[in-house]
Amino acid sequence: MSDASFNASPLRNPVREDEAGFGDYFSLLKPRVMSLVVFTALVGLLAAPVTVHPVIGFCAILFIAIGGGASGALNMWWDADIDRVMKRTRRRAIPAGKIAPGEALALGLALSGLSVIMLALATNLFAGAFLAFTIFFYVAIYTMWLKRATPQNIVIGGAAGAFPPVIGWIAATGGMSIEPWLMFALTFMWTPPHFWALALFMRNDYDDAGVPMLTVTHGRRATRVHILVYTALLALLAVGTAFTDIGGPVYLAVALVMNALFLRGAWTIWRRDEADAEADNFKAERGFFKLSLLYLFLHFGAILTEALLKPFGLGGWG
Amino acid sequence: MSLRKPHELHQRRFGRNLGLALTLAGFIVIVFSLTVVKVSRGDFLLPTGEVQQ
Repeated sequence: MSDASFNASPLRNPVREDEAGFGDYFSLLKPRVMSLVVFTALVGLLAAPVTVHPVIGFCAILFIAIGGGASGALNMWWDADIDRVMKRTRRRAIPAGKIAPGEALALGLALSGLSVIMLALATNLFAGAFLAFTIFFYVAIYTMWLKRATPQNIVIGGAAGAFPPVIGWIAATGGMSIEPWLMFALTFMWTPPHFWALALFMRNDYDDAGVPMLTVTHGRRATRVHILVYTALLALLAVGTAFTDIGGPVYLAVALVMNALFLRGAWTIWRRDEADAEADNFKAERGFFKLSLLYLFLHFGAILTEALLKPFGLGGWG
Repeated sequence: MSLRKPHELHQRRFGRNLGLALTLAGFIVIVFSLTVVKVSRGDFLLPTGEVQQ
């Protein structure tokens, strides 16, 4: 390349104050969602009744996380139009104009392929195939289809976010059993009340974007009822899990406390009307949303504790 | 213009290039470590029966 042609580049690439940095590309991977993926996949991997070499375990979690991040990038590519409208998402890298949608698509596709192949090579083909299915489910089934088609988008689409512990378990064992599906069920049932609480206090965001969230299609009263019903079902599942192979006394104690608090939060949300919520700027809904993050973290933390105590003869009911 | 002078484009994109370089270096370390572990555990060995045939 000649110096002359190199010097001409600023004309084609004008200096931009808001040019994307490395962090902007990393933000396409939705790091906060990725942290949930890492943690739940790690619990799935460590709760499995086999010993995994630390390097292979690290690689498994890393490539599951990259697969989750790739789904996030593909989601941002497809949903760029919605993200531009919603207050919560309009500062993301694509709507902010820092990264072109095509770049997010390329990054998402490349990382999807890389993560699936590397997970299959590091652990086993089944784990790689299941990660590929998870990415497909999140991008094609949830993002491209359900999200804009049905108010049940969060319910069915929540499955994608619930698969990581199953992938972690498969990566460790090479097979399937009931325990990782209990962890799946926990996240699956937790997702709707978590997102519906968010939809309540984000008010018109989903409405403006034309996303058929339950708050938009069935109203805010119906959403409050749904939160209570799902939380009650979740509590039964979460406490019942204490008496399975992945549960134990530590898990039971955590589940009893957290589900009591979660049920109380859902009950408070159900009792309130919009006037109450507006009066205190959705304090109960915001509190319930924050509690839901702690709820999932502590449940999976308790499952992990039970698994780590087992070698010392302390975990579980045995 | 001296060829030694860093182009403005390089200065502007230093952070991005450094991040990419570190990511690629990390990937190399991971693949190498994984290979060492797999080879030392004998994951790539053929089953004994197939070798005899």
